[in-house]
Amino acid sequence: MPHIHPETELHNPQSAKPPLDPHLKALENEAIHIFREVAAEFERPVMLYSIGKDSSVLLHLARKAFYPGRVPFQLLHVNTGWKFAEMIAFRNEIVERYDLDLIEHVNPRGAAENVTPFTHGSALYTDIMKTEALRQALDAGQFDAAFGGARRDEEASRAKERIYSFRTPDHRWDPRNQRPELWNVYNGMIRKGESVRAFPLSNWTEVDIWRYIQAEDIPIVPLYFAEKRPIVERDGMMILAEDPRLELLPGETKREEVIRFRTLGCFPLTGAIRSNATTLDDIISELETATVSERQGRAIDRDQSGSMEKKKREGYF
Amino acid sequence: MTAPATANAVEHVVAGEVLAFPAQEPARAARDSRPLRLITCGSVDDGKSTLIGRLLWDTKAVKEDQAATLQRDSNGKQNDLGLPDFALLLDGLQAEREQGITIDVAYRYFSTDKRSFIVADTPGHEQYTRNMATGASTADLAVLLVDARVGLLEQTRRHATIATLMGIKQFVLAVNKIDLTDYDRARFEEISHEFRELALSLGVRQVTAIPVSALKGENVVYDGRAAMPWYDGPTLIEVLELATTRSAQTVGFRLPVQRVSRPGESFRGYQGTVAGGSVKPGDSVVILPSGMVANVTKIVTFDLVRNAAVAGDAITLVLDRQVDVSRGDMIVAIDSQPLTGLSFDAQLVALQAEGIQPGKRYWLKSGSRRQRVQVQPASQLDLKTGKWNQAEQLPMNAIGKVHLSFDEQAIFDTYEQNRTTGAFILIDPDTNNTVAGGMITAKRSALGGIHTEDARVILSLPADLADQLMATELFANRREEAEIRRVSAGKAVEIIDDIDG
Ligand SMILES: Nc1nc2c(ncn2[C@@H]2O[C@H](COP(=O)(O)OP(=O)(O)OP(=O)(O)O)[C@@H](O)[C@H]2O)c(=O)[nH]1
Ligand SMILES: [Mg+2]
Repeated sequence: MPHIHPETELHNPQSAKPPLDPHLKALENEAIHIFREVAAEFERPVMLYSIGKDSSVLLHLARKAFYPGRVPFQLLHVNTGWKFAEMIAFRNEIVERYDLDLIEHVNPRGAAENVTPFTHGSALYTDIMKTEALRQALDAGQFDAAFGGARRDEEASRAKERIYSFRTPDHRWDPRNQRPELWNVYNGMIRKGESVRAFPLSNWTEVDIWRYIQAEDIPIVPLYFAEKRPIVERDGMMILAEDPRLELLPGETKREEVIRFRTLGCFPLTGAIRSNATTLDDIISELETATVSERQGRAIDRDQSGSMEKKKREGYF
Repeated sequence: MTAPATANAVEHVVAGEVLAFPAQEPARAARDSRPLRLITCGSVDDGKSTLIGRLLWDTKAVKEDQAATLQRDSNGKQNDLGLPDFALLLDGLQAEREQGITIDVAYRYFSTDKRSFIVADTPGHEQYTRNMATGASTADLAVLLVDARVGLLEQTRRHATIATLMGIKQFVLAVNKIDLTDYDRARFEEISHEFRELALSLGVRQVTAIPVSALKGENVVYDGRAAMPWYDGPTLIEVLELATTRSAQTVGFRLPVQRVSRPGESFRGYQGTVAGGSVKPGDSVVILPSGMVANVTKIVTFDLVRNAAVAGDAITLVLDRQVDVSRGDMIVAIDSQPLTGLSFDAQLVALQAEGIQPGKRYWLKSGSRRQRVQVQPASQLDLKTGKWNQAEQLPMNAIGKVHLSFDEQAIFDTYEQNRTTGAFILIDPDTNNTVAGGMITAKRSALGGIHTEDARVILSLPADLADQLMATELFANRREEAEIRRVSAGKAVEIIDDIDG
């Protein structure tokens, strides 16, 4: 693995943090175990880094798992060109701060054909700029294992997925024929060309993520905190109206609202929520009384029933 | 640009000093218990998914948008009662929805004021027994469902047996669809009685039988007194709230080495998750299979250098001397070592269509150790009679007893003593698929006799003497007869003192 830096000693923060509560500690232990197991068993692992809160937790756990060494694999950001500007700025800062080895990939076909969420619709756009782009990047890197931050509590088909999720050479997932996965003994045996998606956060819930971010002081994109921001209402969603490429349609107007985001993706497809949560405590108590699920704000999950499973079968994360 | 997560830390200004207090943990974090891990199991269509769906519904784990989707998806499938099809909250795959059955395990998370739960809803269909075993391997408790109209089936017995083999000791017998029997008390008691006999034969002592209607939500979260005044026992959720989680506290320290960390010349640490016991700096440990002895100098984690680690902790261990340790080795307590040898007895569940073939060489993975093994089936459990019949090979879904023979030293505890170091999977080298889940029951001697503790002569010698003796040809030829344990000079003195005294 020529591109991987030798492990070097990193600074130990020696923080005087209170110990984690046993539930979070158990989740952390499990995730670290998975990271180490995959890093040891596979030749070319890579970690999908999508800049969101789950990715932030995933990265933090990876740093913990390999301490005092460096994270022994690259990070992969599949960019669509339509991410929130604040996400990209955050990403760049994190890469620098933690001395990470990040690959960024944009689907060249999509870029050349100018595929946008506005012109192609969310389904086709996601298919080309995310799923196809991911397959391209995984093939180019010849990665045999890819870490992702998906959680089983996100969606019904994810709830069915193994921690080591087997993929065929063309990146397909066969949910009807998953390998049994007993105890914490993971089967990492694959043939050339096949791969495994590994999900260290499988058993975490959204609240666990936030409580862990709080307990561990993990940096996250500021868009998760409520603030007055310019928005425009479209298809029943509040879209952030900052990017000059967003053209207002007839009848639409820009206005300011105090909003935040529960998940982060491509700005034209991610709906904001009205919220006054400016601190982690606020976010956690907001969640504990929330009446809608986190994926509700995502246009791409609502395209059709069972749409997540379909996308996953085709190689989406 | 980055928002420091300390944004919420309370800042107090005291006499010109700024003190940042750690963020307050929310009230519910005060619950100190780990989540209870449970499975639902039982035969096809007995109502497992409906029961968990109802549990999620009644504990308010279903959000508004999910409820709306459920109502929409239930359209046309509505039952006589006009209730949604709660099983759709679990059966998330297209194929499951089309066929109205569960194919693979769904993991769901919910909580009450008292504790949190991880539930695995497993399929009842025999073809998918492997997915039930997947769910059972990590569970603390099993909710076994029986259709009150049908009673115990072979598949019910299979699931009860697999759950028991995998170490589940707490059972809830949910006699479901009781609404379809006109809440027949005699029927409930008949089934409970029959199950208690099965449980007894399996060695299960903790059984709570509850008459439930998963669909109507009777005795699930809310009591069903209105319909069943004759039942005054607990509801399902009450039993779950009081159940115990398995403690991973076993005696001997075990660290299966996942990875050797060597970030630079000055550091060499062994990374893994403690699979039993505890460890602290100064402890003497043995590295298996080599038998080398060393002392622990440091337990390193990202946050701080710790003064102890216990079962479940993911750690990096630093030893006081240069020893040869690699992935797959196990670092263990010097005074409480696991079994090592070339031949073991185990019970297993065959999970794939090819079954388990006699004499075939499989990969065996246990902890981080993967090695070649030959599997010789000895007997198969007859689910109807509960008897073990002699068997040459094990078909899919069979529960069998087998002999394992290794080319190289294997390291195990019995499953009863340690659910991590006593568990393994078999991988078919032709397909790379996981074909069995197994549990070690005993070590076998080369002569075919069985003994869990070693009948070999054990010599405890100072490390240098042990090394010399093991290097001799004489010893190499009779390795099966004697085992040499390396001990520190101090420990050797203790042992000799004991003998003298
Ligand atoms: N009347 C009545 N019907 C029930 C009850 N519980 C489940 N059902 C019905 O029984 C059928 C099967 O329920 P499921 O929950 O899918 O059964 P299952 O055990 O999960 O089935 P598999 O996972 O495929 O083994 C559905 O039509 C349910 O509505 C009950 O308590 N009363
Ligand atoms: Mg089911």
